[in-house]
Amino acid sequence: MTLDLGGYALYSVMGICVVFVALILIMAMIKILVAVTEKKAAPAAEAAPAAATSAPEPVLAPGTAGDLCLYDTDPRDAAMVMAIVADELKKPLNELRFISIKEVK
Amino acid sequence: MENVAEVLYNLWTQSGFSLLFTDPRQVIMILIALLLLYLGLVKKFEPLLLVGIAFGMLLTNLTAVSPDYLATLSEADQAKLFEMQIYHPALWDGYMNGTIGLGEIMHEGGLLDILYIGVKVGLYPSLIFLGVGAMTDFGPLLANPKSLLLGAAAQFGIFAAFVLAGSMAGITGGIINFSPEQAASIGIIGGADGPTAIWLTTKLAPELLAPIAIAAYSYMALIPLIQPPLMRLLTTEEERKIKMEQLRPVSKTQKILFPIIVTIFVILLLPSVAPLLGCLMLGNLFRECGLTDRLSDTAQNALMNIVTIFLSVSVGATALYYRFLEPSTIGIIVLGLLAFELATFGGLILGKIMCKLSGGKINPLIGSAGVSAVPMAARVSQIEGAKANPSNFLLMHAMGPNVAGVIGSAVAAGFLLAVFGG
Repeated sequence: MTLDLGGYALYSVMGICVVFVALILIMAMIKILVAVTEKKAAPAAEAAPAAATSAPEPVLAPGTAGDLCLYDTDPRDAAMVMAIVADELKKPLNELRFISIKEVK
Repeated sequence: MENVAEVLYNLWTQSGFSLLFTDPRQVIMILIALLLLYLGLVKKFEPLLLVGIAFGMLLTNLTAVSPDYLATLSEADQAKLFEMQIYHPALWDGYMNGTIGLGEIMHEGGLLDILYIGVKVGLYPSLIFLGVGAMTDFGPLLANPKSLLLGAAAQFGIFAAFVLAGSMAGITGGIINFSPEQAASIGIIGGADGPTAIWLTTKLAPELLAPIAIAAYSYMALIPLIQPPLMRLLTTEEERKIKMEQLRPVSKTQKILFPIIVTIFVILLLPSVAPLLGCLMLGNLFRECGLTDRLSDTAQNALMNIVTIFLSVSVGATALYYRFLEPSTIGIIVLGLLAFELATFGGLILGKIMCKLSGGKINPLIGSAGVSAVPMAARVSQIEGAKANPSNFLLMHAMGPNVAGVIGSAVAAGFLLAVFGG
């Protein structure tokens, strides 16, 4: 196959369009998937026993991108705990995932 | 006494040392292999792959003979040389012409020929994708599906480099000339995804496999040096300081259904991408379903390590001095760098547009992570964001475009194979 510059440009535009179409399709699928699964999960959550209400409400740590929950712990103490754990494990902090931090009384 | 002299002469002619004096390019290539070993071992540039590639280069070039020199030898000497070598490009040329089958290569080939079969049939890149899938958490992508747009925009580098590679004959006055198939293989370096680059190049331009693989892996290792200047040039201090909202939690069901749905839709759209994307998603399903931990563990560790050894050594073996030391290699090195820069540019520009459209809720730095190179590119976004604002945590937000880039580059490779592979 031989191509001139116009041919290369045309295939390039087609290629980037195919990539966008494929990824937009996946994006749409994710949105549908999330909508369907959350709709199914909602009644189950409502039916859950109210016992959990007595448990202390977790506070999401500010600035984190994950879902770190803090139970009776202020963000400053949590940051210190995470730094100590990372130091002890000799691992960078961004490679560790903390799920929750709870003060043991 | 004459016999002793003859034996000594035969020993000399059968040794690799006698071959070193047939072509100075062989010595240069051995030095390049040693340099790459130094970069891998001392400078720690992607050592898991670069060490194997460099050692494969060293192994194959120690006993390599150019076709010009080979033609001057008697048939008996040619046969002796053939037995001495562990990689035989002549067999693979015959395979490409259709005169030799894989059975003959298994029978007559050396160790590296047999290992190279896995590259040639596209087995190793797909198995590496199985391991990559088992190691990848698509949670950040599921939490923020808009990340996929950034992963798509960063594939701009592939197609821009493809156009540039196709125009090289005009730019260099005909010194470097790439066919459309070769241009497509060079363009895929911009996907910043080694297995994808190797997979596509093996199918479209196997003669360029070594320089393309080396360029792809070297630039991936250099991402922390390549991206930041462009990131700072294209974004303002205020944009880099933007803190993004916390990602929503993703349920187990969503994580399990995601690989199945992506496999169905993308492979129906682009069947040629099935080996890569199918393996990526299967590996991810092993990870997320919670019932196949042993398989997930094997895919991530033992299998991945074994395939990495085979892939790196056999890819390095294709870097024969009389094929590698060509002007086209310099062209590939330059175009590869441009492909990486243009991919970063594409992601950042869409990141800036999304920042404006969202009213400043999206930090454009996460756009540069769309170039794949998981997780290096996401870490670069995190580091640059933290430099502008030490309390800024962009890592998980950047992982979304980062893993979207893996899917995007696989789709781009599938498109190029569908167009130029026929």
